[in-house]
Amino acid sequence: MFSLFLEQLLNGLQSGVMLFLMASGLTLVFGVMGLINLAHGSLYMVGAFACAAVAAWTGSFWLGLVASLMAAAIAGALVEMLIIRRLYNRDHLDQVLATFALILIFSEGTRWIFGSFPLFLSVPDFLTGTVILPGGSQYPLFRLAIIVAGLAVAVGLFLLIGKTRLGIRIRAGEADRGMIAALGVDIDRLYTIVFALGAALAGLAGAFVGTTQSVQVGMGEPVLILAFVVIVIGGIGSIKGALVGSLLVGFTDTMGRFLLPHAFATFLDPSSATAIGSALASMLIYIVMALVLFLRPSGLFGATS
Amino acid sequence: MTMNREFLINSILAIALVAVPLIALGMDEPFIITLATKVAIFAMAGVGLNLVLGYGGLVSFGHAAFFGIGGYAAGILASHALNYEPIMESPFLIEGTTQMIVIWIVALIFSALVALVIGVITLRTSGVYFIMITLAFAQMIYYFAISWPAYGGEDGLSIYVRNGFPGINTLDPISFFALCAAMLAIAMVFSAVLIRSRFGLALQGARQNPQRMTAVGIAPFRIRLVAFVISAMITALAGALYADLNRFVSPTMLSWHMSGEIMVFVILGGVGRLFGPLAGAALYIILEHLLGGVWEFWQLPLGVLLLLVVLFARGGLVGVLAGERKHV
Repeated sequence: MFSLFLEQLLNGLQSGVMLFLMASGLTLVFGVMGLINLAHGSLYMVGAFACAAVAAWTGSFWLGLVASLMAAAIAGALVEMLIIRRLYNRDHLDQVLATFALILIFSEGTRWIFGSFPLFLSVPDFLTGTVILPGGSQYPLFRLAIIVAGLAVAVGLFLLIGKTRLGIRIRAGEADRGMIAALGVDIDRLYTIVFALGAALAGLAGAFVGTTQSVQVGMGEPVLILAFVVIVIGGIGSIKGALVGSLLVGFTDTMGRFLLPHAFATFLDPSSATAIGSALASMLIYIVMALVLFLRPSGLFGATS
Repeated sequence: MTMNREFLINSILAIALVAVPLIALGMDEPFIITLATKVAIFAMAGVGLNLVLGYGGLVSFGHAAFFGIGGYAAGILASHALNYEPIMESPFLIEGTTQMIVIWIVALIFSALVALVIGVITLRTSGVYFIMITLAFAQMIYYFAISWPAYGGEDGLSIYVRNGFPGINTLDPISFFALCAAMLAIAMVFSAVLIRSRFGLALQGARQNPQRMTAVGIAPFRIRLVAFVISAMITALAGALYADLNRFVSPTMLSWHMSGEIMVFVILGGVGRLFGPLAGAALYIILEHLLGGVWEFWQLPLGVLLLLVVLFARGGLVGVLAGERKHV
């Protein structure tokens, strides 16, 4: 039981870290440009497909990983320059609709190119083994590698935002975009860079998650909605909030699905315990979100508007 | 009402909705009648959403929840009635039913209760938070429907015989269309009366200037909450009809794609315009039918069209045709 618990804890961490890669881009784009981007999940899908296609073509997972970053960043930059740029001064309704249209275009376009059958990504050889956890159960090495890689990217992102000139500009853009434009920063280019950065992070998450699940059209949508829950909990625009929210959602979701059926089994018969437990577990993160919002309507780290 | 262009367009839309199925009946094309029924039902779902989205300025991205609740009301009650299984026996007996009127009342009550709970939490927030939280609540209900095995879970629930309405053979396409069109008309008249009432003016006032509304002694929160509940009830009624049209209800009706589609009907037609949802739903169904017949990947051109409408044709179809803008 203990080793199973540990395993689920790691799964929760993994899902939290992957969510952070999604949510950080989403929250950056909202914080800096004030844009709500539903098509963020499509960029995640683009990353996964690029990785799967290039890995299948060249036989190298690492080239696939590079391709996922490049493809998502390029797709993001193009979409920003062609379409998203026209939406910054529009109201949220127009942004929701335009990015919903982008989802239709991306999903249907991908289905057109790759077909409806899922693709599969294989793990590089030296990461295929398992690790023995304390308590004796085995855990896939690759999942551990994803956790480490995701955490490294998260640290890199914090350093980028906190320590570099680009990071200063991004933070300045969040605070007062008119002022930094007046100070001579090319605001259009900054926006494109931020959008492409967020897209690349989403693409990377897509490639990682694509390795543990299948790569298919529509894979970005459930993750997108979880990422929304994350940034609503954390406070829209806050990277720190995105990190805390991601881990909270990752752990709550994974542990809920694992523990609730067991908890109900203590006083119900097994079949209805599983049914009620899993039904409740699937709603748990939304209940957590509702609670957070009831107490703090602008999220844990959100600026009080 | 003056005889302006929008009034003319609205009249043409209303006449077309009735005329097309009648012509199809004459030409013995039941499929077109079914398409027209779908237009009427989707338009009704849009009329519900338009109340909060258009007049209240509240971008609800979770109206599929109410659409689906209506659908499941029809599916669950009918399945209990057809299997002769009471829904509960103690403390008192509740049985299923195949009567649409009873189903509608249940759909109205349940959607109102759910909308009340969701509204109390979500209406404390605004802007992007409101969009995302309504979306998240709808997802919560969606995942609940998927993981709850009693009523089909992911596979959905079939309604073997379309539910009945006194004096009408609902299995006859044109009769069922007439029923749906009548419900749409009632919803639109109700919505028109509501937005001209004191309540409707307060709702639009709360969109335009909540501070001033508060200053004259009207709390925007309560007005918005009531509007949200009414809007959900109208959309739920449409959902009950949609389940009966397909004789099938599944979590797809609750999915966020559905929320997006209902929103598309409203925007494509024209936000905050009485006939906007009808124009939007009609255009959407016609496009789906025409493009879908030509190309398997019809959602790709649909997405491009939608993008163009958002970027360049603000005010939607009715807005473009009527040539005047609302909501500056």
